Amino acid sequence: MKKSVLFGALTVTGLVAGAAQAATLDDVKERGELNCGVVTGLAGFGAPDANGVWEGFDVAVCRAVAAAVLGDPTAVNFVPTTGQTRFTALASGEIDMLARNTTWTFSRDTDLKFDFAGVNYYDGQGFIVPTALGVSSAKDLDGATVCIQTGTTTELNLADFFRNNNISYEPVPVETNAEAQQQYLAGACDAYTTDASGLAATRATFENPGEHVILPEIISKEPLGPLVRHGDNEWGDIVRWTLNALIAAEEFGVTSANVNELAAAPGTNPEVNRLLGTEGELGAMIGLENEWAKNAIAAGGNYGEIFEKNIGENTPIGLARGLNAQWTNGGLIYAPPFR
Amino acid sequence: MSDTHAQTVSFVRESMIPQSEPPAGNRGAVLWMRENLFSGWFNIITTLISLYVIWWALSHTMPWALRGIWDASSLSECREIRDATLPEGTSAACWAVLTDRWQQLMFGFYPRELYWRPVLSLIIFLAAIAPVLFPHTPRKALALTAVSPFVMFWLLWGGSVWFPVSVALGFVLGWAAWRALAPLAGTLIASIVAAALPIIYWLYTAGPLARELEQAVSLSIEYVPSQDFGGFMLSFIIGIAGIILSLPLGILLALGRQSDLFIINKISVGFIEIIRGVPLIVWLFTASLLLNYFLPPGTNFDLMLRVIIMVTLFAAAYIAEVVRGGLAALPKGQYEGADSLGLSYWQSMRLIILPQALKISIPGIVNTFIGLFKDTTLVVFIGLLDPIGLSNAIRASTAWNGIYWELFVFIGLLFFTCCFSMSRYSLYLEKKLQRGHK
Amino acid sequence: MTTTSDAPKAGFRPSQLIYDTRYRSLTIQVIAFIALMLGLSWLVSNTIANLSALGKDFDFGFLGQRAGYDINQRLIEYDSASSHGRAALVGILNTLLIAVLGCALATVVGVLAGVLRLSKNWLVAKLMAVYVEGFRNIPVLLWILLVFALMTEATPQPRDFREGGDASMILGDTIAITNRGVFIPAPFWGAGAGILLAVFLVSLVAIFFWRRYAHRTQEQTGRILPIGWGTLGLLIVPTAVAFLALGMTSGRVTQPVLATGATEGMTLTDYAASQQTINACAVPFSTESLNLRRLMRSQEIRFNYVAVEDAAGALAALEAGNCNVLSLPASVDLATVPAGAVALSDTIRRGMPVEFERPVLGGFNFEGGLQLRNSLIALWLALSLYTGAFIAENVRGGILSVSKGQTEAAYALGIKPSRTMRLVILPQALRVIIPPMISQYLNLTKNSSLAIAVGYMDVRSTLGGITINQTGKELEGMLLLGLFYLVTSLVISSAMNLYNASVKLKER
Repeated sequence: MKKSVLFGALTVTGLVAGAAQAATLDDVKERGELNCGVVTGLAGFGAPDANGVWEGFDVAVCRAVAAAVLGDPTAVNFVPTTGQTRFTALASGEIDMLARNTTWTFSRDTDLKFDFAGVNYYDGQGFIVPTALGVSSAKDLDGATVCIQTGTTTELNLADFFRNNNISYEPVPVETNAEAQQQYLAGACDAYTTDASGLAATRATFENPGEHVILPEIISKEPLGPLVRHGDNEWGDIVRWTLNALIAAEEFGVTSANVNELAAAPGTNPEVNRLLGTEGELGAMIGLENEWAKNAIAAGGNYGEIFEKNIGENTPIGLARGLNAQWTNGGLIYAPPFR
Repeated sequence: MSDTHAQTVSFVRESMIPQSEPPAGNRGAVLWMRENLFSGWFNIITTLISLYVIWWALSHTMPWALRGIWDASSLSECREIRDATLPEGTSAACWAVLTDRWQQLMFGFYPRELYWRPVLSLIIFLAAIAPVLFPHTPRKALALTAVSPFVMFWLLWGGSVWFPVSVALGFVLGWAAWRALAPLAGTLIASIVAAALPIIYWLYTAGPLARELEQAVSLSIEYVPSQDFGGFMLSFIIGIAGIILSLPLGILLALGRQSDLFIINKISVGFIEIIRGVPLIVWLFTASLLLNYFLPPGTNFDLMLRVIIMVTLFAAAYIAEVVRGGLAALPKGQYEGADSLGLSYWQSMRLIILPQALKISIPGIVNTFIGLFKDTTLVVFIGLLDPIGLSNAIRASTAWNGIYWELFVFIGLLFFTCCFSMSRYSLYLEKKLQRGHK
Repeated sequence: MTTTSDAPKAGFRPSQLIYDTRYRSLTIQVIAFIALMLGLSWLVSNTIANLSALGKDFDFGFLGQRAGYDINQRLIEYDSASSHGRAALVGILNTLLIAVLGCALATVVGVLAGVLRLSKNWLVAKLMAVYVEGFRNIPVLLWILLVFALMTEATPQPRDFREGGDASMILGDTIAITNRGVFIPAPFWGAGAGILLAVFLVSLVAIFFWRRYAHRTQEQTGRILPIGWGTLGLLIVPTAVAFLALGMTSGRVTQPVLATGATEGMTLTDYAASQQTINACAVPFSTESLNLRRLMRSQEIRFNYVAVEDAAGALAALEAGNCNVLSLPASVDLATVPAGAVALSDTIRRGMPVEFERPVLGGFNFEGGLQLRNSLIALWLALSLYTGAFIAENVRGGILSVSKGQTEAAYALGIKPSRTMRLVILPQALRVIIPPMISQYLNLTKNSSLAIAVGYMDVRSTLGGITINQTGKELEGMLLLGLFYLVTSLVISSAMNLYNASVKLKER
């Protein structure tokens, strides 16, 4: 059924694609590919490499879902979306899920009619300033010029923060992270504000990272996670529990290295057995094969592995786990029981 | 007066002295320079200012560009090489990003082993427009032109050959219906049937037919989804598809705008003015954000196709104005001559007016194409990876984060090469047409 | 008409609708109309179905909701508490601003480049050819990005203006060119500004009459009066004289500076040293506020600015302790000043009808003055240079379209080349130049929608960008946006067509 999208549109037969909104799972299975909305490019979270293969923390979620549903982590169509086009792309059914560092907010969940499948990264908005400026707190930024990316929640947070603290600032809106970086390094703005993870990633690529400091204030909560259309609960469950499977796998020590071995025969931990499908029928309950979670974990490893590979401390991005550590290590990453 | 004067002069040279060279200051390079660069104080000042501007621009860019580093795998490696080989504080371009990523800038994520397909399509396209642009090629080559869009479509996207074939069949069907009906039921009914029949065929028969044929005789090449299209290839596809598809609609709109029929005229004028009055970027956002609202619920198709549809409508309005100019430029006698021969409206248009009007419109159409080709860069705002979009994606990879000028210089040069050669061609055509008229 | 037989009066048959040319056009139109209506109703019904499926409604109520985001470049009052509608209005004004500025500069650049491209100086002609071809053949989006990046990289940051930095302000420390924009002195109107304005207007009228008189004299007697110098003189001299005279006569009024918790005879510097923070009460945009700020800036005192409504409000704020420094017009009776406030020994002398507030380097950035933001300048330059290249080609074509005999005839009459161009060639070329120029103006206005690339908040970025993104009202937002551009385009083209009609060759 590969030909159909374009040709179908040409012949207008494909225009009436039927109940596309009703059962995303069937659509994905029939298509043989998952349409996953991603960023057009954000270091560590999603960008194509020299061979055009998409890589990154958010991209890994897409791959895990594709592996769980289709058994093939490469069966993903990555659809680059901008801050402005992402929600329409999801609402219109152009993409099946959106994994594009999107903040879970009340209005997006309710008014825009989406369902967030969980949180894969707990972020917050921070500031980066040159060390030479001698600023140690965001509250010292009275009168400063601040670069922000438009089309995101950050500009609202920024306006609220400065308004609450009754200090003045000059916003300089920029379209992309790369643009903002160029402006900031040239000194056209005193500070650059975006999600703290983005700041760390950006700072890591500077010629002299030591000359810039990330201020301690985190002025907002930014729980980032994959989202799906409201109304298709079966599909929402699949994305939600795929994410949970990755998180639980880390908790139980299931890694991409040992997942095949553990899935070969039932082990001692019944929850791991249920997760990997050697015991119980969890897969059937969400309309998937029983080794769905095994496939998802084998695709790119568990949550911790994905984190370390894409944005962890050994990568140029160099993010510490912090809030994103497992709950057992004092973080907020917590998967409900597989039962 | 010279006669009388000559007789009063006591000495007249009788043999001509040989022509001598003008003095050194009045010939060759010196003369040229004096006349063209230093002919007066004002000229001298402007020359000096110009020289300064040129020197300033070159001295700021050339060392940077020429010192460029071509062999590195990331920006930080570039910086290391620069620090190791060049004196402290000198800047050097990092052209290595181009050697690393030029395929992406040209073809997007199109599979590497299939690069021959877009290249071949481009060659086919150039061959197909040759009969249109150069009048000396045999008229039979126009048949190739008619077939080429389907071949190019098939080459670019791949899949089964039967799909483009069955779509093309629709046009054949329409044409056959018109030929069969026109003598029997008159042109009006024939045209309506010829328009309706292919649409019904496309809606209900084309898909299944193609599927049947594919099952019977499987003829397909590897399918490449639209998401893999990018870079200059994307710009070319959108630009070329926009212009080719918009030509028929544009001509109809131009005729509609010239028409005496009130409603037809007003519809055409309204369409043209609305499209031209609103920036392309707003139309692109409409394609990206709103088109799904306007189509039956549950309908959904590829963003690239939506963009091509929108760009087609956009270009049609501009083409219509160009063609209208061509129609208006024809002498009134041509219209009257056609009428006096007793030709019907469509006959006179097809045989007399349009061939001439389109011929004079070609430079304008080429210029519209150049404009459209440049404007394809705007698709970056709706998330398609054109060259500028890809430059953002490349800069987001950890290896090349922070690189800036090199990519833009490369993209700018490529655009310049394409557009400049096309504009030279349209200029040449314009001159030729002017000669032809005189 | 008696010789020809009348048309057969066989009544109307339905087949005539198809075969009779008189009725066929009607049939075609009716069919086209029905098809159009069917198409439109299909689109509308789809839209309604889709909207209800998504649970969205079609209403413009979001325009009244709180916008929540800030806009740096604004011509009217706006902050994050204002509504989306007001944000859209800010964007509309910004779009119009860039369109007007761009069209003006593009015309200047285009005419200059077009004329210079025909220059006899080979180097200049080639340089202009490079400019024209370079800008015409590279996408405008790329130019906008390049100009913006070039400006941020090539100009100094505000930090470089500090001690030890290598940048300095130009024109006697009045203008600062930074990579955040150009800071220029901002005018403030003082006493006598009305008179000054009146003098200026009168001199404008005088210029009009002078030019008319000069032209008439030339037509009648052939004597050429110095129009240019006369205009320049009339433009500058009376206003300058009035400015100086007003400055002399209105007197140097002394404006006291009051402070709470100060002792008699204290200077402002001493007072500032004794206080933790300085909160200055002033009425925004008044001369008093300007003077006070200027005084404090000149003594390098950091202060917070507390805006108040009027002099009475300032006194109340002082009494309530909202501020500790205050400056009042000299006309205010010092007896009304609340207890505890003491006049400092520093006073402010004023009296000029127009005073300029100079930008001064503050904590992070320049403060005061007018800031022409880099995004505005970059967009302005890029759009003007891009459109200018197209206009240059129109101008060149127009000039070349004027027969060479006209130039030769003018030279034969002994008219100077510059005057030949101005009086003989350009008026004739204008008729060829104007129509394509109109479409270039339209293009520039439409291209201004690329402002988002440099973060200039035009209507596409406010209404069509952030507002749509925050409220999810794509349909309504895009509809309004499209309407705005459509109306603007129609207005521009009809206005320019009117002008075109007035310069067109009057055919009789």
